[in-house]
Amino acid sequence: MNNPPDISQDPAEHEEYAHNVQKHVKGYLVVGALLLTFTAVTVALSYVDFGTRKANIGVAMLVATLKAGLVAAIFMHLAAEKRLIYRVLIFTGLFVLGLFWLIFLAWYNPVVR
Amino acid sequence: MEIPYTISTRPDTGLWNAKIGIWLFLASEVMLFGGLFSAYVFLRLDAAPGMWPHGLLNVPVGTMNTAILILSSVTVVLAWAALKMRRYRAYWWYMLATILCGVIFLTVKLVYEWPQKFDHFGAYLKPEALEKYEQYLGNHRREEKGLEQRIEITGHLHNPQALTDPNIKEYEVALDRVNADANNPANDRPHFLYVPPTEKIGKIDKEDVERATMFLPTHSAYFASYFTITGLHGLHVLAGVLVFIYMWLPVSKRLYQHNPEHLANRVEVSGLFWHFVDLIWIFVFPLFYLL
Repeated sequence: MNNPPDISQDPAEHEEYAHNVQKHVKGYLVVGALLLTFTAVTVALSYVDFGTRKANIGVAMLVATLKAGLVAAIFMHLAAEKRLIYRVLIFTGLFVLGLFWLIFLAWYNPVVR
Repeated sequence: MEIPYTISTRPDTGLWNAKIGIWLFLASEVMLFGGLFSAYVFLRLDAAPGMWPHGLLNVPVGTMNTAILILSSVTVVLAWAALKMRRYRAYWWYMLATILCGVIFLTVKLVYEWPQKFDHFGAYLKPEALEKYEQYLGNHRREEKGLEQRIEITGHLHNPQALTDPNIKEYEVALDRVNADANNPANDRPHFLYVPPTEKIGKIDKEDVERATMFLPTHSAYFASYFTITGLHGLHVLAGVLVFIYMWLPVSKRLYQHNPEHLANRVEVSGLFWHFVDLIWIFVFPLFYLL
């Protein structure tokens, strides 16, 4: 879904523009409804036994990631953004992965072993 | 001094300035919360059996707060769209709805959820004392079923002086249902609805107790990370609400009257911050309330 274009200064084009934004509004409402549904799904799934707790955590994180992806892509307009912002976020993602990788360093203690 | 590129795009970045500014800020926020979440994972992986509590938080209330934050994300994006269409009246109402959602979220957290925790008591038993309190723990049956053993007794503390007075030798606790009816399989899984402590009083010798506190950050790694992460998240909600109030007041209407696109961009940028706060909560909710 693309973002609404910048508003035209020409009053004749304004009506068409407003109509265009209106279409996006419908999309936002659909995404909001989806997010509420997924919240209910997350709660329901936490009462289902997937065998181990690890499996339950995996399922819940999968749904949460899906929800976060919707928020980022649609509400935060990341589905169609300028290249510079993607570049910033790629580095952020890499650094966060590095941060989480430290946990596994501590957990498996590979240096001593 | 006039700040440049508030609505027109800067040729070298291809963006108006505030947009790149907020994304750099959000990138630093990702690292801030990333550090706390990785600490959570680390503490949880390292927790001894029975030391990571489950089912202590109120799921329906947490679900409601999640829904409220999602709704506010919708209303703030609608507020922005209304400004883009130059419908100030609609913008004003959507913004008001967003502010109210934020205030409700904070009120539920600070007036209901946190104080209820501060008022709840838990005593971790010494390993050698577990057998003595078997009737409250039900570990024999749990072992047969392959469940994690219980090492904590929780409920409402009837003699809070016991926490500080060394002359009082035991804690008198109105037991939570898990401990009052320990062998009931219905209590093996956390209850969906909040269940208040029962009338049944359990007496726990202080000598048998490893650690006893109210549900404060000192209680466990679980509550330490819960209060830290939800506290920092709550501060973010508060900051968002304050910014939105500014944009909703007449001050911002004056900006709208002489440069509506500038206000729209301000709302977009603060909306980005708000969606990020919502996004953090999407992970906080299952990690602390459900799993």
